[in-house]
Amino acid sequence: MEKRTLFTNKGLGIALVVPQVLLIFTFFYWPAGQALYWAFTLERPWGGGNEWVGTSNFTQLLGDPVYWNSILTSLIFAFSATVLAMGVALTMALLVDRELRGFRVYRTVLVWPYAIAAPALGVAFRFILAPEAGFMAYLNHAFPGLWNPALNGAQAMIAIVIAYVWKYIGYNFIFFLAALQAIPKSLIEAAAMDGSGLLRRIRDIQLPLLTPTIFFLVVINLTDSFTDSFGIVDLMTAGGPNRATELMVYKIFFDGFKGLDYSGAAAQSIILMLLVIALTVFQFRFLERRVHYK
Amino acid sequence: MKLSLLGATGAAALLALLSANAFAGGKTKIDFWYGNSGDISKRVQEVCQHFNESQKDYEIVCTSQGTYAGAVQNTIAAYRAGQQPTIVQVFDVGTLDLMLSDAYYPASKLMADEGYKVDWNNYLPGIRGYYATSKGEMYSFPFNSSTALLYWNKDAFQKIGKTEAPKTWEEAAADMKALKDAGYACPLGFNISADESWQLLEQFSAVNDQPLATKDNGYGGLDAELVFNKTKFVQYVTDLKSWYDQGLAVLKSKESGEEMVPAFASGHCQMILTSVGDHGTIGRTAAPDMHWSVAMLPTYAGIERKSSLVGGASLWVLQGKSKDEYKAAAAFLNFIAQPEQALFWSTVTGYIPVTKTGYDFMVEKGFYKDPKYQGREIAIASLTASDKLSQTHGTRLGGFLQIRNEVANGWQAIFANKVSVQEGIDQMVERGNGILRRFEATYKGKQLP
Repeated sequence: MEKRTLFTNKGLGIALVVPQVLLIFTFFYWPAGQALYWAFTLERPWGGGNEWVGTSNFTQLLGDPVYWNSILTSLIFAFSATVLAMGVALTMALLVDRELRGFRVYRTVLVWPYAIAAPALGVAFRFILAPEAGFMAYLNHAFPGLWNPALNGAQAMIAIVIAYVWKYIGYNFIFFLAALQAIPKSLIEAAAMDGSGLLRRIRDIQLPLLTPTIFFLVVINLTDSFTDSFGIVDLMTAGGPNRATELMVYKIFFDGFKGLDYSGAAAQSIILMLLVIALTVFQFRFLERRVHYK
Repeated sequence: MKLSLLGATGAAALLALLSANAFAGGKTKIDFWYGNSGDISKRVQEVCQHFNESQKDYEIVCTSQGTYAGAVQNTIAAYRAGQQPTIVQVFDVGTLDLMLSDAYYPASKLMADEGYKVDWNNYLPGIRGYYATSKGEMYSFPFNSSTALLYWNKDAFQKIGKTEAPKTWEEAAADMKALKDAGYACPLGFNISADESWQLLEQFSAVNDQPLATKDNGYGGLDAELVFNKTKFVQYVTDLKSWYDQGLAVLKSKESGEEMVPAFASGHCQMILTSVGDHGTIGRTAAPDMHWSVAMLPTYAGIERKSSLVGGASLWVLQGKSKDEYKAAAAFLNFIAQPEQALFWSTVTGYIPVTKTGYDFMVEKGFYKDPKYQGREIAIASLTASDKLSQTHGTRLGGFLQIRNEVANGWQAIFANKVSVQEGIDQMVERGNGILRRFEATYKGKQLP
């Protein structure tokens, strides 16, 4: 039986909703509306005039190979970061869930990286992955020229993926562990008594029961890797070398805030928003079908 | 135009609020936003404190915004909300954005209105030439000013039997080779990020008398076009690339683990090209027994040296303030132009004095004789190297931070052997011109002063 509470007092309901609606309006719809308007004009940074230019900001962007490159790098970054961050987190959660010795310590420690701000993280990994200092210097000493993200674009991409993944492993880990612990132990024990091994139990019991969590994390990870990556890029590579790590969100930041090209940045953020929305819709339409909620 | 209306009412409301506020305690309070951080920020605070202690009528509140670009961004946001500071520091290449806005109160007009007589010819020609309009009028006050110099390690040069820094790039190439043969791993440390566009492209073009763009480097109008793919710059990048390939010039960046200034100070690199503003840092961080000095940037043989460019920032007074606040602003700007302040400022930072009287006062006080500051006079010599201003006395090009980014991307492609030198530089120019055209369209109908 479902219980329903009916509010007869409409005024109270509206009054309770208004603050929330106001907040969302001020911090989301208003700026988004402003961005939409700017995307169709040429806005002067200090104000004092903007001219309606129709879709020319968009056609200019979409006709620019450099912009397509930034879409491509964003996709590469988002997919490799999501797969890695979730894969490593899931493996760790499965291991910790087995209550190996000291698992309580891991459980706490593995969450910490998520609490580190992106700039601090970027600086730390810049040192760790610098070819002439830190850890990689030893490798470069043994194999000269092996690692140089300052000039090698693929390696620069690897460097920012590592830094980003390191942060998100902690986040994904908590969700995976919580979900694993919610699986009744009796199921696992019954399977073990029937003679199924560890991998079999993971494949047939744990993973299927984890699908709601996996789905949730895929959506969150993909979205965040499109929007939350610019701090790391700014500190580690500044989009270089030669645009190899110029993610869409970093390009928006650079063109808008450094280059003061407000309209170009507004058009780019509209495109980014549409891309993220499209990806999320795609996931809900096609991936969610494979999720077992109960 | 709802926004400007909103802004206007906001400004009016704020003005009423501020003017009520501004006289609390009988003093007129004004805000000054700047972009310096770290040690330089502390020095700016000291200047503000000196001003506040020097008189009773005004109080200036100085706030660092972290970076040059941050100071401009935050001021734009504040200006749009009608809460702008009275004075803001704007970095060299941001000058054009300000000039095209309606947001400023021209410096020359402000000082005349407030009854101060300013001899604008007192500003060093290289500095005035950079910040003035095409008609020679000054809209802002040059503040922290620097120029690029060659830093060289005297000990290392002694090993190859030289007591002077190279004057030409031909000579520098021979020196690098000799240094390499003498066992030095990094004869020249350099970098190819957007920041180095300043010394490797802009300063190089100025001292070698090469144009960056048509229309007098943009001073003559917004329709200027970049031309540095047809100048001596091409040979310079070709040479840098070949020195890099031979191991004579080494990339030193934060990505690689050691930036060039610490690389020079620690003796890892024997030459670097950087701002005179780093003179103090290197003096403080270099080993006490390391002998080093500075020299003017080398030129190519057969080219008559021209003045180098001033870098740094100038102070702009913004619109929308009360008469009393402008009085306070004028008093502050007058205060920092005094020779005593120039001496203080140049002593505690590496920046140079911006006026002739400031410079003369420092010479008179024996500043340049002090071994700690020796060599800083070379910055002045470099800025005044030619009587006539070079054809590249400055850079007035729109979206210049984005253009610098294009320059960096071109270099990175060249140094990773993805494209040839000429292709890489053509690409910088082509994409840079795209940025200029976009900027021109944004300011359609605006006249460059």
